[in-house]
Amino acid sequence: MKPAIRLSPEDNILVLAQSMQAGEVVDIDGTAHRLSAALGLGHKVAARMIAPGEKILKYGVPIGSATAAIEPGEHVHLHNMKSDYLPTFTLDAGREFHSAT
Amino acid sequence: MSASRTITQGAFLRADGSKGIRNLVAVVYLVECAHHVSREIQMPYRENGVHLIGFSGCYPNDYSFRMLQGLCTHPNVGAVLLVSLGCEGFNRHGLLDAVRASGRACELLVIQQTGGTRETIRRGRDWVGRTISQLDSTPRVAMAIDEIVVGTVCGGSDGTSGITANPAIGRAFERLVGEGARCIFEETGELIGCEQIMGARAITPELGTILHASIAKAARYYATLGHGSFAPGNADGGLTTQEEKSMGAYSKSGSSPISGLLKPGDVPRAGGLYLLDVVPDGEVRFGFPNINDNAEIAELIACGSHVILFSTGRGSVVGSAISPVIKVCANPETFRNLPDDMDVNAGRILEGDSNLDGVGEEIHRLIHEVADGRQTASESLGHQEFVLGYKSFDPIGPACHPTLNPSASPARPAATAVHLACLSGRPGRRR
Repeated sequence: MKPAIRLSPEDNILVLAQSMQAGEVVDIDGTAHRLSAALGLGHKVAARMIAPGEKILKYGVPIGSATAAIEPGEHVHLHNMKSDYLPTFTLDAGREFHSAT
Repeated sequence: MSASRTITQGAFLRADGSKGIRNLVAVVYLVECAHHVSREIQMPYRENGVHLIGFSGCYPNDYSFRMLQGLCTHPNVGAVLLVSLGCEGFNRHGLLDAVRASGRACELLVIQQTGGTRETIRRGRDWVGRTISQLDSTPRVAMAIDEIVVGTVCGGSDGTSGITANPAIGRAFERLVGEGARCIFEETGELIGCEQIMGARAITPELGTILHASIAKAARYYATLGHGSFAPGNADGGLTTQEEKSMGAYSKSGSSPISGLLKPGDVPRAGGLYLLDVVPDGEVRFGFPNINDNAEIAELIACGSHVILFSTGRGSVVGSAISPVIKVCANPETFRNLPDDMDVNAGRILEGDSNLDGVGEEIHRLIHEVADGRQTASESLGHQEFVLGYKSFDPIGPACHPTLNPSASPARPAATAVHLACLSGRPGRRR
């Protein structure tokens, strides 16, 4: 099992301490969770069930809100959370925008 | 406070009493039309402490004047060559007078009055060559730690930045502030979401209100522009939102009380930790507050920073003109990928080889070595990036720098008038 870092006791996400391949097992508070896709160092996985609209807590503070139900161990990223302040720009979104226009 | 500790025995003493850790000549173009000539003047000397900076715009702007004034009279700069085309709006005589008033050697070449490109390059190179030799006799003196200004910035952040490099820089900052140094952190747009916890660290309630308002201003500004200070590489590296990036960036500030708010060109006059407000005042104009990391670095240097601590996760390779940049790499994979470009491997923390205190100690030690003349990775590779654009700011009010203004006592309640005086709509000259 590979470790993930809990930055603050109240956090509902953990941070990967190393890059992992699909099929590798990450330690979610003592429970083994097998990754379905490769994830880079520094990415987040859910520490517990997170409901849609619930705040994502990292460093003990909200860093955005869930836009979908997130299972324990699941990757927490732009596909299932969003900012409470400003939209996030990605190259993929830019590519989609320009291919649609 | 051990304010008398020495950071280097070999600082360069300027006529205005300031002390630098480098002994540079700045060649300065005052409009893009003078950029090529200036670069040609600098090129043969670029490994001999001659740096190229300038302003591309043809139309005058108080902010860019103030920035170049701050950079040309920076303690690391001993002499300045100004290169003007001749018809641009930049106040070249004002800058020439200001630099000469600081006691530095300063010459102005106007291309249209010097016979064009070839002759201006010839005369410029002659002047720079002579001036380098004169700078060799600059007096060397001891410099105490309370005389140094240290700025910090992050660029190419990822999910590791806020766990390793940024909090390690925070540890180094805590120690420096405790020793009496002047430390500056910045990018209010990258502190969106941190306004409550940051405001509570201000040394006066008025300053807390001002810090809070500076972040609200940044949030409004970026909302108008449509997106924040967040690049696609940040998301590839595991970050998701502005506020997540902000929390990581915020940790560079450490946990010291916050002594003041600066705007670009304001030099902190007492030891402590300062927030640099980089987002323009008034309605949104001139586009993005900082178009890239070097625009922020230039502002930190114009505030007097002798050295910059640059945290990177994805792997920025930049350095800067005027002040050395110490690159602190947050991500151990990036460090292995770009080893020549990095000074500190903070990613070891993730691999169990060190901890925040250990890396903070290494950064603190490296600042001393760089002040003593050791080249940073980006210096040795010849990096001298520089960017300066258009902005407008209202001047800071007394409540922004309370340690210089005893009347702004902690006993006084936070007042909206103070916030107005500092951040918005203050009558008077915009710069």
